[in-house]
Amino acid sequence: METVIGKYNYWIYIALMMIGFYAMIAKRNLVKKIVGMNIFQTAIILFFISTAYKKDATIPILIKSQEVIDPAQYINPLPHVLMLTAIVVMVSTFGVALAVIMMLYNQYKTLDEDEIIEILRKKK
Amino acid sequence: MNLSEHSSILIVVIPLIASFVNIFLNFLQRKLCYPFFVLVLGICVALSIDILYQVINFGIIRYRLGGWMPPWGIEYVIDHLNAYLLVIVSSMSFIVAIYSKESVKKEIPKSKLPYFYSTYLLLATGLFGITVTGDIFNLYVFLEIASLSAYALVAIGEKRSVLASFHYIIMGTIGACFYLLGVGYIYIITGSLNISDLTRLLPSLYESKVTLTALAFFIVGIGIKIALFPLHRWLPDSYTFAPSAVSAFASATVTKVGIYVLIRISFTLFEPRFLIEMTPLSNILIWWSTIAIFFGSLIAIGQKDFKRTLSYILITEIGYMVFGINIGNKEGFIGAVLHILNDSLMIGCLFMIAGGVFYRIGSRNIEDFKGLNRNMPITMASFTIAALSMIGIPPTAGFFSKWYLIVGAIKAGYLVSTAALIFSSLVNALIFFRILEKIYFTKNDNTFMYNFRELPISMMIPIVITTLAILMIGFYSGEIISSVIRFSLPKGF
Repeated sequence: METVIGKYNYWIYIALMMIGFYAMIAKRNLVKKIVGMNIFQTAIILFFISTAYKKDATIPILIKSQEVIDPAQYINPLPHVLMLTAIVVMVSTFGVALAVIMMLYNQYKTLDEDEIIEILRKKK
Repeated sequence: MNLSEHSSILIVVIPLIASFVNIFLNFLQRKLCYPFFVLVLGICVALSIDILYQVINFGIIRYRLGGWMPPWGIEYVIDHLNAYLLVIVSSMSFIVAIYSKESVKKEIPKSKLPYFYSTYLLLATGLFGITVTGDIFNLYVFLEIASLSAYALVAIGEKRSVLASFHYIIMGTIGACFYLLGVGYIYIITGSLNISDLTRLLPSLYESKVTLTALAFFIVGIGIKIALFPLHRWLPDSYTFAPSAVSAFASATVTKVGIYVLIRISFTLFEPRFLIEMTPLSNILIWWSTIAIFFGSLIAIGQKDFKRTLSYILITEIGYMVFGINIGNKEGFIGAVLHILNDSLMIGCLFMIAGGVFYRIGSRNIEDFKGLNRNMPITMASFTIAALSMIGIPPTAGFFSKWYLIVGAIKAGYLVSTAALIFSSLVNALIFFRILEKIYFTKNDNTFMYNFRELPISMMIPIVITTLAILMIGFYSGEIISSVIRFSLPKGF
């Protein structure tokens, strides 16, 4: 029970990741696929941010009057910084994917993968 | 100011800035875009040779970005393996850049050319970055820079390339995300992202399940990026339908850099004993790559499209390299690292020739290669040498790396894999001799259509240079091993 409730954020991360993964593989609509991709990537953000969290800790801004710095009082800022970079990467991936989807739509007038494959087969 | 001291950062920064400058140059003076693009890549070649020279003479280079001390700041570490790979990547990007001038004119609309050059430079930036960095998260960022520009470059190609590019995006993103998860798990358990720091911290944590999870994510993530057999689905379509210059550049460099990341993770981040003795991983990868070799060869026989044949041969070659890395002896590792160089030249050269044939006759079908030697004697002579090297006939370069791999396989007792290596050589012989027969001994009935001359000189030179390099490396492979590869052997080999 402790591993389920006490670490619920990790369970959510796994659930989200699986939802995204399923959508990327099984959905036939291309937009749904990249939405799945986004969910997948967001799950990773949740995972990283969860690892930074500490109970009863605060934001990592040093107070000058404090003489001894106790790391247990502060949340680890590094995963947040890493995720800022990762978010930028994710946004650009999403952008490229959307651009490719637009090109696909202009070519085939549909966004369903099965229909596109059907069109390609007919051309042969 | 001593520029040489900063060459490890300049090789990343120069193409990165140049790719943006190139877009603005487009508005000012479009004619300057191409010379600028080639000039930048030429500078990168010079820098990479300078780096290799420094590493050979003065040992490992450690460059601290912004002066931050290693475990906290990002550090660039260049040893023999990186420097060797940098030279390969930069020279291939430079050679293909020269080649691209004429080749892309036929395949890409003129208004899009400056963007093509910029994306190409970004891809080069990403690959250089992966090679020089000594920080696993920084490596992820460069991996994504390289992949994103590769998606875009593939999508510029002919009509079907867009769908191929979409599949590449989906697969590539899964790969990158798995890699990122691996980074996350490593960070949880060690609190560090610096590779040299992790080498020190990880051995005491080998028993932990978190380490194993991280390793699993890393291997599957990189496996997708290098298109190792069951994860290869994106590669054949992407490289078949991409513009020829992109196919040549990407096939010669992207997967090779992926192999480099695999070597770094297997042998620098973790110790060889962890992969070989404590986990079944290297055993799994050996079988995996053996199946990849069989599979790639078998599918390659049945293809009619020359570029698609090459893509499947590339999957086979990736199998070779992954196999060589994992058998865990000196010969196998040397074979794999030497094969990175050889394969990059061979497959790059063959893809450039495929593009050249497409440039002249507008077809990639193997049937249409009939009697081409009358029209394009020099190109076809280069094709013959590259094909012989692919089969592994001495004195071409391909023979030596294959020889090391087979010796390593026999020494380690993997007889099935040895059979796979020999089988794929035979299949390559079958494929290429069939094409060579068409080129030299089949008469072309349709003389009207094939009334054309040799390729333009700017496409000729890169093909001839790579061909000569294949021959030269064949003669000097002993020298390359003793002066560079010997030093990149992991501990305990």
